[in-house]
Formats: sequence, C-alpha cells, structure tokens
Amino acid sequence: MGAPFAVAGGILALSFGILAREGGFSSLEAIAFSAIVFAGSAQFAAVSIVAAGGGAGAAIAAATLMNSRFLPMSASVGPSFRGGPLKRAAKGQTVIDASWALSSRGDGSFDEHMLIGASAIAYCTWVGGTLVGAIWGDRLGDPTSLGLDAIFPAFFFGLLLNELRSRRARGVAALGTAIALALVPIAPPGVPVLVASLASLVGLTKRARSEVLESEEAEGEPR
Amino acid sequence: MSTAAIVIAACCAITAAIKAIGPVALGGRDLPTWFTSVVILLSPALLAALVATQAFANGDHLGVGADTAGVAAGGLAIWRTGSIIACVVLAAAVTAGVRAL
Repeated sequence: MGAPFAVAGGILALSFGILAREGGFSSLEAIAFSAIVFAGSAQFAAVSIVAAGGGAGAAIAAATLMNSRFLPMSASVGPSFRGGPLKRAAKGQTVIDASWALSSRGDGSFDEHMLIGASAIAYCTWVGGTLVGAIWGDRLGDPTSLGLDAIFPAFFFGLLLNELRSRRARGVAALGTAIALALVPIAPPGVPVLVASLASLVGLTKRARSEVLESEEAEGEPR
Repeated sequence: MSTAAIVIAACCAITAAIKAIGPVALGGRDLPTWFTSVVILLSPALLAALVATQAFANGDHLGVGADTAGVAAGGLAIWRTGSIIACVVLAAAVTAGVRAL
C-alpha cells in the first residue's frame, strides 16, 4: 500500500536534489539533509529560502513551521507505541504524512508496524531520489512535467474520502479546508495546516465523546 | 560552518524534538475518551488541509493550476473505482496532460 507513494516520493526527492544543488547546497549536503531530516515539505521550504538569499534563520523558521503539523500527528500516535520513552521517541521519528494516514485504524489507534514499515520504504526512496537528483540532476528533465507533484495531494484526497463516513467527519474536513485556505494568503507556509488541525477539537463536544464511549463499550472492553 | 550545514543541523534537532514530544509524553497510556474523540477527527482535518493547500496554494496566493485538475480527476477516480492506485496514476496523468497543452 505504501509502495506507490514511496516511488512518487523518490521522484519528488529527485527534484529536491536538483533544487538543493541550484540553491547552493553541495551534493553531500543535499543528501545529508534528506538522510537526517527526512521531511519533504520542510526541506523544500528551507532550500527555497536559502536559494532566494534568505538567511539560515529564515530557512530554519520556515522548516519548523512546515513540520509543526507533526506535533499533533505524532501525539496522536503516541498512545499506540509500545516500549520505553527512548524507544517511543525513536518510533516517533517515523511519523510522516503518508504513513501516518495509512496506519490510522479509524478508531483513534494506529498500527505501529504499518507506520514504521511504510516510512522505512519511503525513507530509502527519499534518500535515493535525492542522491540521484543531487549528483546527476543536470542530465535529467523537469520532474514536474510528469505531473508527479499531484500524486501526494491526490493520495491524501483518496485517504480523506475514506475518512468521510460520518457527518461529523465531513463537517470537520470542510472546516479544516476553510481554515487552511483562509490562512494561506496571510500566514507563513506550514501554519495553515497546523491551525486547521484545530478543527478536530469538534471531537470535544459532548455528543462526539459519548459516541466514542458507546463504540468502546460495544467492543466489550474500554481501552 | 556553512549556511547549509547550520540549516540541516537545526532542522534535524527541531524536527526530531517535534516528533518525539507526543510519543514520549503520551506513550503506553490508556486513551481518555476525549483524546480518542479528537484523534479520530484529526485525520479528516489534517488530510483536508493538506489536500487544499497542495492543490490550491502557490506560495501565499490561491489559484487553480494543472495540479488542481489532476487532484480533482484523482478524487473522481477513487470515488468511482475505489482504487487509490487509479487515483494517483490518473492525477499525475491529467496534471502532465494539462501542463503539456
């Protein structure tokens, strides 16, 4: 299930490798960025700012805002991780958008094997793609001409449609969309998605909580 | 230390911290009902925001581009066929096709 997106990620990484070289990163720096940070949108944001002559501070701030959505994502997975604090912190590093969404069981819990497995494949193609782009990028064509940049939003769209079974979920998706789009013109990149996560607080309503309680009781044993 | 090296080192440390906080603080606990209830709704909220920003935003302005058409076609594909593979293949093909026009 995660494989097609790992392939798509590899091709996006290729364009990252090319962009990083154009932005003044050495091949080794571009590859190291992918290997130790492994966060696509943050890497693109940071490299674009450095390429445009922005300082390290601006690049780091943009990347941090881009990655801020991993705060609610990894917190949501936290209770599903087994092991001590160090082990859980290490497992938390495997949280990326695609595998987080794929590993969600829909009842608030996550399949940690699915998460780690899908991220491991994506990691290999991400670093491999960056390597090819950084070293041989000047001999390759423009990856966007293949339409590959549409793969991730389309993939997320597909996963989203599966999430919209209840009226409440549809309402939250609409609210999240509205918040994100309203913030795009006025907030730095990354902030719209982070703030849109607040739409999930609809789950604090009494009705939403009692439905969770009912479904837990229906399963026999409250978790 | 080069600008690139500073950016990489800082991004590494900050990203690792962001991803570790939740699992360290919340790991191995029973979920309170309110937490489960919010987490269930986190998927539609975040996925919708990711789709909307990736399909409609170019920097700080909103607009419709070739990728918007591709994502819409992908959505149609998954709605009609239920196949996520068909969804992403069609999305890429339509985006590339519109760009080639």
